[in-house]
Amino acid sequence: MKRVQFEHSTIPYLFIAPQIIIIAIFFLWPAAQAVHQSFLLEDAFGLSSQFVWFKNYFDTIGDASWRQAAWFTTVFSVLVTFLSLGIALLLAVKANEVIRGARTYRTTLMWAYAIAPPVAGLMGNLMFHPLIGDLYKFLNAIGWDFNHKLDSFDAGFVVVLIAVWKQVSVNFIFFLSGLQGISKAVNEAAMMDCKSPTRRFWTITFPLLAPTTFFLMVINITYAFFETFGIIDTTTGGAPGGSTNTLVYKVFQDGFRGADLGGSSAQSVVLMLIVLALTVIQFRFIERKVHY
Amino acid sequence: MSNINWRIILNHTILLIGVIFMSLPVWVAFSTSTHSAETILREGLQFWPGTNFIGTYREVLFEQGGVMKSVLGITMLKNSMILGIGFAIGKVIVSMLAAYAIVYFRFRLATPLFWIIFLTLLLPLEVRIIPSYEVVAGLGLLDTNFGLIVPLIASATGTFYFRQFFKSIPEELLEAARLDGATPWRFFVDILIPLSKTMIAAILIIMFVVGWNQYLWPLIMTTKEENYTLVIGIKQIYQILSEGGELPQYQKAFALTILATLPPVLVVLFFQNWFVKGLVESEK
Amino acid sequence: MATVKLKNIKKTYPNGAVAVRGVDMAIEDGEFVVFVGPSGCGKSTMLRMVAGLENITDGEIEIDDRVINKVSPADRDVAMVFQNYALYPHMTVRGNMAYGLKNRGLPKAEINQKVTDAAKMLRIHDYLDRQPNQLSGGQRQRVAMGRAIVRDPKVFLFDEPLSNLDAKLRVQMRIEIKRLQRRMGVTSIYVTHDQTEAMTLADRLAVINDGRIEQMGAPIELYNNPATLFVASFIGAPQINLIPVQFDGKNLNSGDLQFSGFKDLPENTDLILGIRPDVLEPNNDGQLEMQVDLVEQHGAENLVYGALNGASTTDGYNTEICFKTDQNTQPAIDSVLKLHFDQNHAMVFNKETGERLI
Repeated sequence: MKRVQFEHSTIPYLFIAPQIIIIAIFFLWPAAQAVHQSFLLEDAFGLSSQFVWFKNYFDTIGDASWRQAAWFTTVFSVLVTFLSLGIALLLAVKANEVIRGARTYRTTLMWAYAIAPPVAGLMGNLMFHPLIGDLYKFLNAIGWDFNHKLDSFDAGFVVVLIAVWKQVSVNFIFFLSGLQGISKAVNEAAMMDCKSPTRRFWTITFPLLAPTTFFLMVINITYAFFETFGIIDTTTGGAPGGSTNTLVYKVFQDGFRGADLGGSSAQSVVLMLIVLALTVIQFRFIERKVHY
Repeated sequence: MSNINWRIILNHTILLIGVIFMSLPVWVAFSTSTHSAETILREGLQFWPGTNFIGTYREVLFEQGGVMKSVLGITMLKNSMILGIGFAIGKVIVSMLAAYAIVYFRFRLATPLFWIIFLTLLLPLEVRIIPSYEVVAGLGLLDTNFGLIVPLIASATGTFYFRQFFKSIPEELLEAARLDGATPWRFFVDILIPLSKTMIAAILIIMFVVGWNQYLWPLIMTTKEENYTLVIGIKQIYQILSEGGELPQYQKAFALTILATLPPVLVVLFFQNWFVKGLVESEK
Repeated sequence: MATVKLKNIKKTYPNGAVAVRGVDMAIEDGEFVVFVGPSGCGKSTMLRMVAGLENITDGEIEIDDRVINKVSPADRDVAMVFQNYALYPHMTVRGNMAYGLKNRGLPKAEINQKVTDAAKMLRIHDYLDRQPNQLSGGQRQRVAMGRAIVRDPKVFLFDEPLSNLDAKLRVQMRIEIKRLQRRMGVTSIYVTHDQTEAMTLADRLAVINDGRIEQMGAPIELYNNPATLFVASFIGAPQINLIPVQFDGKNLNSGDLQFSGFKDLPENTDLILGIRPDVLEPNNDGQLEMQVDLVEQHGAENLVYGALNGASTTDGYNTEICFKTDQNTQPAIDSVLKLHFDQNHAMVFNKETGERLI
C-alpha cells in the first residue's frame, strides 16, 4: 500500500463496490452454496434433502473413481508442467541467444497463446482421428498399437500432448522476458568467469530464472487442474472408462451428467481445499527462497 | 570460430523444430479446411491448401445449417465478439476502480475486502461451476449477455494487475496532485487513467483473449443455439462428428477451429508488444 | 604481469556503425592506462574488445605477445570491474568472489585463502556471507573489485566503475583503486568519461574521440601540451577558454580585440585562441576585458565567470570567460575587470582541423 493515501469515508467504498458486489453474488454465494450442499443428500427427484454431515466427503474420498481421477490429475499436472516448462525454457534460451530472426521466432512461438484449449483439443482430436488423422496412422505404422479410444495410456498420451502444446507459448513468453531481464553485465561477468556455456547456464542463468520458474509452476499447475477442462472435453471426454478424468472434469460430470449435487459439491470443496493448500505451500516455502 | 558456427546452426535447428511443433497443427487444420469432405475422407489431412476455401467458409459463416441446425457461423462470431469485448471492458472498469480504492485510500474495511478479492484468485469458476450455474439460473439470467459476462468478472486477476501497476507509480505524484488541490475523482481521471493507458490496452488485449476463449461457463449458460459462441460451436461440431452420418463434414470442423482461432491470434500478433508487457507485468 | 598491445584494431557493428577506427597502443607491464572521452567515442568498445566481450573486426590484440583475438574471455586471464558491478545476485559475496576460481578447478582451500585475503585487503571480510542486495553501493563496488583481484589476472579492466557512486565515495574509491593497483602492480586499463578521474588515476592517458586516439601521454603532459583543440577542451576543469580569432600577419584579431606577439600563423584562416583559466589574472594592463556575473567559491580558490567584452561571436563559441583565482580575490558582480595572460601560455588551434599551431 502507499504511504500517502486519501482519507475519505465513502468514496473508496463506491470505487470498490462493483467488484465486491459481483464477487458477493457470483462468487461468495455460490461457494457458500457448494459448501452447504456438500453436507446434504438429495433424493432422486431433488424434492427433499437431508443433512448428512460429512457423508458426501467420505463417499467422495472413498470412491475408487474419485481416487483414480485424483491420481490422474496428479500425474497429468506433473507431466504437463514439467514438459511444457522444459520445452519452453529450451526454446526461450535459444530464442534469446540467436541474433538473426529473434523477433520472428518470438512471434511464431508465442501466438498459440491465443488458441482456446477446446479449440486445441478439437484440432488434436482430428489429428488423432482414426479415419483421417495422420498422427493416428503414423503411430500405428511405426508399430505402436495406438488407439486412444480404447487404451487409457494412449488416451492420456493424447491429452498430455495437447495440453503441453497449448501451454508452451505462455511459458515461453515468461521465460524469454525473464531471460531478457537478466542484466547484460551479469552475463558478461559470467562469460569472463566461466568458459563453458552449459555450466554458465546452470550456475547463473537458471538460478536467476528461479522466480519466473516458480511463478510458472503455479500457473501451470492451475492450468493443468482447471483450464485443461476444454481439452479433455473435446478429446477423450474422460474416456476410456474415466481414466482421463481430472478432478475438475469429474465435478462437472457428476454434477451435470450424473446430477449428484451433494457428491459433486463435496468434490468441489475438496478441490478448493487442495488449491488452497497448494497456494499456502507456494507462499510459505517457495516464495521466500527465490526472491533476491 | 567454426565451433561457434555449429552452435548457431544448432540453435536455429532447435528453434525451427519448435516453430514447426507449434505451427504445423494449425497450418494443417487450415489447409485441410480448404478441401472437400470426400478428399479428406479419402486422403486424410492435407498439407497444401485446396480449392474449396471460399465454398467451405461461406457455408460455415453464412448458410443455414452450415454448422449448426439453425445458427449461422457469423452469428456465433458475433456472440464471441460480444463475450470477448464485453468481458474485457467490464473487467478493466471494475478492476481499475477496485484497485484504485485499495491502493490509494485508507479505509476501515480495506484489509478484509482485499482478502475477499484475493480469495477469488484461488478458486476459479470451474470449481464452483454448479452452484454458480444455479445462482445465475435462479436470477433468470440464463441465455443473457449479462449472465454470461458478469460472473466471469468475479475473478480478480485484473484487479491485481492494476494494483501492481498503481503501486509502481511514484508516491510524489499523489503528493503533488494534492498540493494542486486534486480531489480523489480528479486524480483518478486526470492523472491515473492517462498514466495507465498502456496498461489498460494490455489488459484489454489479454482479457479479450481470455473472454473469447471461455468454454465451460458459456457451455452451461447458453441453452439456445442462437447464443452459441464459436468456441461452444466447437463442442457441438465435435459431437456431430462423433455421431457419424453419411459423410462427416471434416472440412467444416477445421474451418470452425480456424475461425475460432483467428480473431484472438490476430489481436495478439497485432498488439504483440503491449500484450507481452501486460502479461509479464502480472508476474511481479 | 603483462603487456598489452593493440595493433590497428577496428570495430564495425553489424548495422554498419563504426565504433573504433584503427587504434594502435602499447601498454607496459604494470602501467595504469586510462581511456577517456565523451560517451559514444569508442572507449568502452575498445575495453570490451580486450576483455573478449566484443568481436574484433580487424587488427590484433596481444597480451604478453600472445594474440588473443580468438581466445574466449574466460581464458584471456583478464578481470573486469563493471559499471553497475554486475554481481551475481543469487550468490553471497564469497560465492561471487569464488565463482571464477571454482570454474578453473582450483582446490577449495586455495580458493578460500584467496577470497579471505582479498576480502581483508578490501575490508569486506565482515560481509562475506551476505547477498549483494544487502550491501550498500560502496560495498558492492568493493566486492566487484574483490572478484577481479582474487583471480590474480594479468590485466585489470575497469569500465566506468565509479560512476554509480555518490561524489564523496567516488573520490574515496578512486584513491583506493590507485593504491591497490600500485601495490599489486597489475597492468590496468580504466575507462571513464570523467576527466578528473582520468587525470588522477592514469600513468598514461589516452583521449579517445570518434573511434581514434586523439592523444596519448602522461596526464600533465596532455594538460600542458594538448595536441588538438579536442584534447585541450576535454582535459582540464574548468574548461579552457576558447576565443575565435584570425591572424593578419602581425596580430590575432577577434572583433574589437587584438592580441600581439604571435607569429608564423596562417592568414585568412579561422583560428581558436585557447587560454586556461589558471593562466588569466586580473591586471589593469590586461588584454581582455570581462564583465563579471558569477563567482563560485570552492574554498581555497574562486572561479570567476562572466562575459568577454568585444570578442567576435562565431557559431559554437560563446563569449563566456572564466578564470581561477585565490579565495581572497572576489570581484563584485557586474564589475568590469581587465585580465592579463602570458602569450607563452596561450595556445592557438586551427578551427577547422583542430590541429594545434602554437
